[in-house]
Amino acid sequence: MENGFSSPRSESFPAGLRVLVVDDDPTWLKILEKMLKKCAYEVTTCGLAREALNLLRERKDGYDIVISDVNMPDMDGFKLLEHVGLEMDLPVIMMSVDGETSRVMKGVQHGACDYLLKPIRMKELRNIWQHVFRKKIHEIRDIDHHESFEGIRLSINGSEFSDDCIMFSGEDLTSFKKRKDFQNKYDERDYGDHSSTKKHRVVWSVDLHQKFVKAVNQIGFDKVGPKKILDLMNVPWLTRENVASHLQKYRLYLIRLQKENDLKASFGGIKHSDVPSKDTSGGFGLQSSIHTNQNDVANDRDQFSGSNFYGQDLDAKNNEGDQEEIVSEPRPDSKKPLTADVPDPQDTRSSQMSFDHSSASLGSDVNYTEFDCSIPKQYPWSECPEVQSKQEHKLLLQLEGGFSQQPPGVPQHYIEIDQLQSGRDTSSPIKNEPVLVEYKSHHESHISPKETAIDNFSVQSKSLIAYHQSFEPSSTAIKSMKPQAVDLSCITDLESCQRNLISPSDLTFPPFNEDLTVCWLQGDFLNKNFGLPNMEFADYSDPGFIADIPVHLYDTLTSDYECPYDPTEYPIVDQGLFIL
Amino acid sequence: MVKNHMQRQFDMKRSLLDQGYLDEQFIQLEELEDDDNPNFVEEMVTTFYNNSARLLQNIEQALVSRPIDFTKLDNYMHRFKGSSSSIGATRVKKECTIFTEYCKKANAEGCIRTFLQVKQEHACLRRKLETYFQLGRQAAGPSANAGGQVG
Repeated sequence: MENGFSSPRSESFPAGLRVLVVDDDPTWLKILEKMLKKCAYEVTTCGLAREALNLLRERKDGYDIVISDVNMPDMDGFKLLEHVGLEMDLPVIMMSVDGETSRVMKGVQHGACDYLLKPIRMKELRNIWQHVFRKKIHEIRDIDHHESFEGIRLSINGSEFSDDCIMFSGEDLTSFKKRKDFQNKYDERDYGDHSSTKKHRVVWSVDLHQKFVKAVNQIGFDKVGPKKILDLMNVPWLTRENVASHLQKYRLYLIRLQKENDLKASFGGIKHSDVPSKDTSGGFGLQSSIHTNQNDVANDRDQFSGSNFYGQDLDAKNNEGDQEEIVSEPRPDSKKPLTADVPDPQDTRSSQMSFDHSSASLGSDVNYTEFDCSIPKQYPWSECPEVQSKQEHKLLLQLEGGFSQQPPGVPQHYIEIDQLQSGRDTSSPIKNEPVLVEYKSHHESHISPKETAIDNFSVQSKSLIAYHQSFEPSSTAIKSMKPQAVDLSCITDLESCQRNLISPSDLTFPPFNEDLTVCWLQGDFLNKNFGLPNMEFADYSDPGFIADIPVHLYDTLTSDYECPYDPTEYPIVDQGLFIL
Repeated sequence: MVKNHMQRQFDMKRSLLDQGYLDEQFIQLEELEDDDNPNFVEEMVTTFYNNSARLLQNIEQALVSRPIDFTKLDNYMHRFKGSSSSIGATRVKKECTIFTEYCKKANAEGCIRTFLQVKQEHACLRRKLETYFQLGRQAAGPSANAGGQVG
C-alpha cells in the first residue's frame, strides 16, 4: 500500500474487521462464524437480538459491522437494525432465507446496508468490508461538509496531496484515527477538531475525473483497464485499486445513462412546465404519458453508443465552463421526444421515476407528486404523506442543485453501484441487493444523456426513488394513476431544462464547479446519514423539506419508531457526489 | 479398503447432490473444513438435526392446536426453512416452501399434508447423512470409531 502514514497495524484492511453476527439459528451462527473467520475477520456471535444490543452498547467502538438475521425470536430484526443504526451508527447487514421483495425493501428502508439471502456464500461475506469502508467515507464527507469547501478544495489540489493521503485502499480503517500525519494535514486545513476527520479517501475531483475520462477515451472504452488508465493518468498518488473501483462505477454510470438516453429519446414532446408543488395531476400526467408511450422508445435505443457517449463526454461542457465532462451528449443536440420506454410495468415505473427526476431538475415539484401517486395506500408511506412529499421535494432539490452544478450524477450512480458491489452472486437482483440495485436493473432509467442535468437528477434521485419504487413492486400503482394530461413536468426540452436549471437567478447553489471536493461518496442513501441538499435549494422549496428525506427512511414501516433526525448529521450528498 | 470407503463416500455425496437431497451449500461446508475443524460438516449436520427437531415440534404443536394460528405456523416454518438451508437440505427446503404456500392461504389440510412430507424428507436425509459420515469414518481407517448418530 502506498501511503505515507504509519499504521499501528500493518495488516491490510479488511483483515481483522470486527463483525458481530446475530442469528437465532445455532447452525447458521456456527457456519457464519467459520466463514467469517476464514475471511480473516474477527467474529463475535450472538443468538439473541437483545444480547447483541447489550454487547454493542458495552463496547461502543468494539465492532465494525453487524450481520443479523431478520427473523429473531426476541426482537424483530428490523428493530435491532434501527437501534444499531441509531445508537451505534454501524453498518448492518440483514440476512434471511426469505428474499421477498417487500422484506428486502423493509430492510433497506430500515437502514440495512445490505440484505443477504440464505444460504450465504463465502464470497458474499468477503465483501462486507465495503460497507464499513463506505460508511467511513461517508463520515469523512460529513465532516467535509461541515468545513469550508474551499479548505478541502485547496487540500486536494493535485500533487499537493501526493504523499499524504488520499490513498485509502488497503488502509486499516480502524487505525485512521491514529494517523498523526494525516491528522496534522487536515488540521492545517481548518478541519477543526473532528476526530473522525483523519481518514483517507480518494477524492475524485473534477480534474482527476477528467484525467480519468480522458485516459479511458484514449485507451478506448472496450480495451480499458485500471492499469492502463492509471498509467495514462499519471497521478502519482493514485493506486490501481482507486482507478479500478472508479472505473467500475463509471461503467455502470454509463450504462445507466445509456438507458436513460434511450428513454429520453423516445419520450417525445413532453415539456416541463411549472407545476405547482402539490400538483398531483402533473405527476399523474407525467406518469401516464410515460406509461402510454411505452412503444415509442424502442427506436431510439440504439442511438446511444458507448463511443458516442464518450466522445460527447469530452466535448460537453456545462455552461459554467469548468464543469466536469461526464455528459452523455452535447446538449444542443436534437431533442428527442421523451417518450418513456417502458416495455413492462416495472420499466414504466422506472422511467417515470427518471422523468420525475428530470422534471424535478426543472425546479418543479412534480416528482413529489409522482411519488405521492405511486405509493399505494397500503404502504406505510402513505401514512406519512408529508414526509413523502418532502422527501421528494428534497430529491428535487438535490437534483436541481446537481444539475446546475455538476455533470450528470456520476457519484450518484456510483453510490448505487457501491451498494451493488456487495459481492452478491445471487441471480435475483432483489434478494441481496438493496433497492437501488433492483431499481436499476429492472428499470430503464430513461433520461436523455443530452440532459446532463437530468442525468444527474435521475442518478441522484434514483437512490431515493428506489424507495418509492420498491414500495410498489407491481406496476398497478402507476397504471392506476389518472392519466390526466397534467402538466407533464417531464423534461423534454433539454435546453429549457438547462435554462431553468442553470439560470443563476433561480438557483443559489454554491458554485460547485469550484468545489473540487468531490468525494466519491458512496452514499448509502438508505443510511441515516443520508445527505441533504444544500440549504440553498430553498429557492425551490420549503427549506424544511430538505431535511426530511431521511425521515421517511425510518418512519414508514414502524410507527413506533422515533426518527431522531438531525440535519447536521447528513452530508450534503449532492455536493459530495458530484464531480466537479 | 480405505480407498474403497472413500470412493463410496464420494460417490454417495455425488448421488445425494444429483438427486437433489443436498445442494451447493453442503459443498461450501465441506470447503470450510480445515485443521481447526476437521469434522465441520458433520458437526453442522448434528447441530442442525438437534435444533430442527425442536422446530418441528413447534410446528407440529401449532398444527394440532385449534384454531390454527397460521401466522405462528408461518413463522416457525420460516425458521425451520432457514435452518435447513444451512446444510443445503434442498428437498426439505422445497417441502417447506410448499408448506408456506398453504400456510399463506390458511389451508390447514394442505399444511398438514405437506408437513408430513417435510418430516419425511427431513428423516430421510438424516439417514443418508448418517451413512455418509459413517463411510467417512470408515475411510479414515478401519480402526476409526464407527459409531455416532446424526442428530
